[in-house]
Amino acid sequence: MSAGAHYTPYHPKWYRRRVSVWWWLESRSYTGFVLRELSSVAVAFFAVVLVALLRALARGPEAYARFQALLASPLVLALSAVAFLFVVFHAVTWFNLAPTAMVVRLRGKRVPDAVIVGSNYLAWALLSAAVAFILLKG
Amino acid sequence: MPQTVALSVARYRPEEEAEPVFQDYEVPFRKDWVVLDALNYIKDRLDGSLSFRWSCRMGVCGSCGMMVNGQPKLTCAAFLSDQGQGPIRVEPLRFFPVIRDLVVDITDFMRKLKKVKPWIVRERDKPLAEGEHLQTPDQLDAFKQFSMCINCMLCYSACPIYGLEPGFIGPAAIALAQRYNMDSRDQGARERLEILSEHDGIWQCTFVGECTKACPKHVDPAGAIQQYKLTSAAHWFKTLLPLGSR
Amino acid sequence: MARPLTPFLWTLFSVGGTVAALLYPVHLFLTGLAFPAGWLPAPGYATLHDLVAHPLARLYLFVLVSLPLFHWAHRFRYTLYDGLQLKHLTALIAVLCYGTAFIGSAMAGYTLWTLR
Repeated sequence: MSAGAHYTPYHPKWYRRRVSVWWWLESRSYTGFVLRELSSVAVAFFAVVLVALLRALARGPEAYARFQALLASPLVLALSAVAFLFVVFHAVTWFNLAPTAMVVRLRGKRVPDAVIVGSNYLAWALLSAAVAFILLKG
Repeated sequence: MPQTVALSVARYRPEEEAEPVFQDYEVPFRKDWVVLDALNYIKDRLDGSLSFRWSCRMGVCGSCGMMVNGQPKLTCAAFLSDQGQGPIRVEPLRFFPVIRDLVVDITDFMRKLKKVKPWIVRERDKPLAEGEHLQTPDQLDAFKQFSMCINCMLCYSACPIYGLEPGFIGPAAIALAQRYNMDSRDQGARERLEILSEHDGIWQCTFVGECTKACPKHVDPAGAIQQYKLTSAAHWFKTLLPLGSR
Repeated sequence: MARPLTPFLWTLFSVGGTVAALLYPVHLFLTGLAFPAGWLPAPGYATLHDLVAHPLARLYLFVLVSLPLFHWAHRFRYTLYDGLQLKHLTALIAVLCYGTAFIGSAMAGYTLWTLR
């Protein structure tokens, strides 16, 4: 390829297929990817629940009781159940992808992926146990 | 075992048609044949007008990448017996403009590859009298995986972001940039950082991960990209410090 | 020349995603399912109030709300941009996403700061 070569980006005879807006339905991998990304909506849902919870808590026992009743209503319970599944989906996909993003080298050798993933799951278990303990001991 | 298998091959003759059409061929079904063998059979015996690229036929040159049943594959490595029931659909590599039949224009990739300076960058070349650069096995291990890239562009065809954002620099280019960034002999990390941190650099990537799945040489470009995001982010924070590195 | 914010926003996304991955499952399970459905005894108002009022708890809760919100903002923004190909609305999407995260975080921060 000589330094003076000039390639026109637009060539009328070359065929360019337009990417459909439904590209993410074309393969299971792509659809799985978009579902993984949409799990962030469940994360946002719970963040909003937390904000509402804190505000109810700040307003006093009656407001808090009303909020508890709202959380117990069938629609919200159903939403929470779906959100819970997506949040777990987020956590699992997040931990499984951790070793790809985080390469840890100890004494020149790369720490095996399974160790990174395992450490993440261990931290998940320990932190969940700690939170449950604090919230359940009354 | 069936005697023949059908191949449904995308044909595009710009002088004749405005859009690709499929043409069916019946080829012998040999258990040791790959899709490339079938294409060469077609060209030799059935239809000499079929155009496609190939070279080494052993998975090291990166020339024969095509879509086989909707997945980017090296046709020299895709056995006919692994492709399921016929007809086997063969199309040109996705997301690249088609020049003719199964031949795509790869200028975009070549341009992006050159942009990341895929060579050892030194402030000053080591004089011959000082001898070779020495490298321990661990230092080699740090970048070896990324050096396995054969520039076949299957990762570009697998990446939906590249399809949606043609300006995206792409998986192979970033993996190759990392191959040099992680090489102990290289001093060009700063220069590459400028290029890779641009809008169409690494930040377009949303870690779909299809590039790593498609790669025939196990380069793991997705890994290279995510690792580089960490590097770039760390650098961003360092530049916030008053005496931080620039 | 404006320094691109992308590395910073990506860092928020990463840390927020890690916080959400490690802590949201248990919190959502308890607060959204187990307590309202009565599977486990919910803490009483007074207990919960005292727990939350502790300065460390306030900080923890602020982080628990704000970082995952920014994780959502960044991820959802890219999903809309790529998934629905809404390129022409890219600035609007960015403002709506990060803006919502900012507002949510501000509300949480205000509530936690002024709680007595």
